[in-house]
Amino acid sequence: MISRWIQNLRTTDPARNTHPMDQRPEIELRLTSDPMYLCGARELVACIARRIGFDDMDCAKIALAVDEALSNIIRHGYERAFDKPIWLGISPLKPSANTIGGIVIAIEDEAKQVDPCHMKGRDLDDIKPGGLGVHIIHEVMNDVSYEKRKGCGMRLVMTKYAPRPSDSPRLSDQAPSCKVTLNDRSPSRR
Amino acid sequence: MANSQSTFISVEQPEEGIVVLVPSADIDMSRSPELRSVLRQEMGRSVHKLIVDLDSVEYMDSSGLATLVEAMRNASGNKTKLVICNMNPKVSAIFEIARLDSFFSIVGSREEAISL
Repeated sequence: MISRWIQNLRTTDPARNTHPMDQRPEIELRLTSDPMYLCGARELVACIARRIGFDDMDCAKIALAVDEALSNIIRHGYERAFDKPIWLGISPLKPSANTIGGIVIAIEDEAKQVDPCHMKGRDLDDIKPGGLGVHIIHEVMNDVSYEKRKGCGMRLVMTKYAPRPSDSPRLSDQAPSCKVTLNDRSPSRR
Repeated sequence: MANSQSTFISVEQPEEGIVVLVPSADIDMSRSPELRSVLRQEMGRSVHKLIVDLDSVEYMDSSGLATLVEAMRNASGNKTKLVICNMNPKVSAIFEIARLDSFFSIVGSREEAISL
């Protein structure tokens, strides 16, 4: 399953050409479609996003997008069956000229298939409960694509780029005087 | 202060006719049915103001939002005022993403919510 999944994760955007998923996602998680595990998936994604360099707000939003995607699978794909498989794959993107990197998240299931053209957010002017998940995913992530898996189920691949702060110096820009040696931090120097 | 049957929502009554719901954990698909149930239960009582204090809620997803939209509609029908307070910026973000921040009465503190 994972190999078929990864095959489809390869980027089709040569301009960005930074997806590292030519082989496998660096993190793979299989979870059961029980809402009680949403918190674990959120924490994992937010934690990785933070290490990549996203700020706290972006980490929370990326975790929200993942939560919404998983909730949609449980609610609509599996019709609230809480014992079905979902696969979550995460890989970081390398820094580029305009970004400090990014994150690619792929979510795959064995739920009923839907025409990807129908995976659209609803009209927000019509205020009613529900139907916000797809809108939130598109609002938070930079690239979002749904496709049918071969055989059964759906695959969602979403990417978020972390913009490079224009005013923060790169490590290579720092003067040598900024270096901290081990001695500087040793207790004997306090 | 009266506690409901909920495991993560406490129900307080600071004044006659005012009820404050205080969820104490993240609100996602696993917990929003409980929030919905407590909101419906409290809405059925004769309260003129229902306050949802989100001070201890670090995270909310669209199922929580949908629950609050439903509650807001029920409140309008009931002539109950529904007010949300103490949202942290991350919870506030989802209201903005869904463009529902102006649909609700949202204030900074519980005191403001009571006096509104």
